[in-house]
Amino acid sequence: MFKQLPDDNAELVTVIIEEQSVKVPSDYSVAAAVLANWTGPSRTTPVSGAPRGPYCMMGACFDCLMEIDGVPNQQACMIPVAEGMSIRRQDGARGVEI
Amino acid sequence: MVACDAIVVGGGIVGGSIAFGLARAGLKVVVFDEGDDAVRASRANFGLVAVQMKGAGNPDYHRWTRQSADLWADFAAELEEHSGIDVGFGRQGCAWACLSEDERILKVQQLEQIRAEAGTLGFDYQLLDKAEMADLVPGIGPKVVSGAYTAYDGHCSPLYLLRSLHRATLGLGGRYISNASVDRIEAAPNSFTVNAGGETATAPKLVLGAGLGNTALAPQLGLDVPLRPQRGQLLVTERVRPKMAFHMGRIRQTAEGGFMLGTSNEDAGFDVGTSTGALSAVAQRAVDTLPYLARLRIVRAWAGLRIMSPDDYPIYDQSPRYPGAFAVACHSGVTLAAAHVLNVARHIVAGRIPADLACFSSRRFNVQAAA
Repeated sequence: MFKQLPDDNAELVTVIIEEQSVKVPSDYSVAAAVLANWTGPSRTTPVSGAPRGPYCMMGACFDCLMEIDGVPNQQACMIPVAEGMSIRRQDGARGVEI
Repeated sequence: MVACDAIVVGGGIVGGSIAFGLARAGLKVVVFDEGDDAVRASRANFGLVAVQMKGAGNPDYHRWTRQSADLWADFAAELEEHSGIDVGFGRQGCAWACLSEDERILKVQQLEQIRAEAGTLGFDYQLLDKAEMADLVPGIGPKVVSGAYTAYDGHCSPLYLLRSLHRATLGLGGRYISNASVDRIEAAPNSFTVNAGGETATAPKLVLGAGLGNTALAPQLGLDVPLRPQRGQLLVTERVRPKMAFHMGRIRQTAEGGFMLGTSNEDAGFDVGTSTGALSAVAQRAVDTLPYLARLRIVRAWAGLRIMSPDDYPIYDQSPRYPGAFAVACHSGVTLAAAHVLNVARHIVAGRIPADLACFSSRRFNVQAAA
């Protein structure tokens, strides 16, 4: 869907998006990594289950919420990727252990 | 010039409830409301239909609160019929948590007093020890020493309530004029004219339902509506799968999943800012009550101004100087919404505040001291 700007010198890291290992530039946000490797909605909403993806890319709209390294409801556009990071879709509302 | 049956000044939950109540009784209603910059308690509201903590020392107020809570389910159903909006009302009760022995003693005294004063109305409550609270409320914290449960209480989304009141009123032919701050009312007995927001309306009835704005407007109508703002600060967490159906007075999980946490009581004038001190206390109490809340992120903090009369109870009045002019003011616009729509609006249509609500006239603030 998106074309990446050419950057031959980019340092790459490997992240795991929904079980799939992908290499992305190390200066990407999680949201950018997800858009560059787009396979479908990055979350569904808690109330109606509507599919959503990253939108504002600047921390305002909260539409890019994902489960990152096991922590639910993270704003993917505000978190830089890291080697070995696990990125998962946020399906509806999170749970919380009592 | 719009000729109508009733003008309502104020389009928050109280003004909106009266407007809907009048419209469903067949009156042609025009609502004048301020804009998005208004000091608006309805947009800061916690959303409780609160009974357990209401009316110790004032059985009239307890009875009035109970009456509205009992009407709420029917009211919500009718409102949804008119507006197509589900306000998320549920009546699963209130499980109040006491975090110290002092709080436990005060809670028991409060509940005993309400029951003693309730007479034949009765007042059922359960006092719960630590173990019983743990059974009732999964995840309750070790600092909770005891609790109390009442089944009368409920909660809803105050934002959906506000929106549905507006939509229902419009659907019944009412008019809503926004950005229309009213500062002058032309009054004569059973004849009122308001010019605001580029519109002029005239009607034989006028209702002040403008929250804290009532105080300044009331003297033009020969009414006295003394009110003061009391600030409350609130927090809401990210959305979580349903954990808790009842509310805990200062904690409730919304239908959408967020936990709302309240609240402070401050005298801050008309300042609707937030402060870390008050919000820390709110968060600390919430986490002491339900420690798992500490693992949730806060997504928003805000403050609102409660509408408080000198004794904190509602004010319902008709002007003796200008019959047809009414004032409706209270802190508990959500709890009392059902009574405002189904009862108070009916009294306004009839042109008479009945004897059982006379105790809420602001004349109670002007009792002469004996020499």
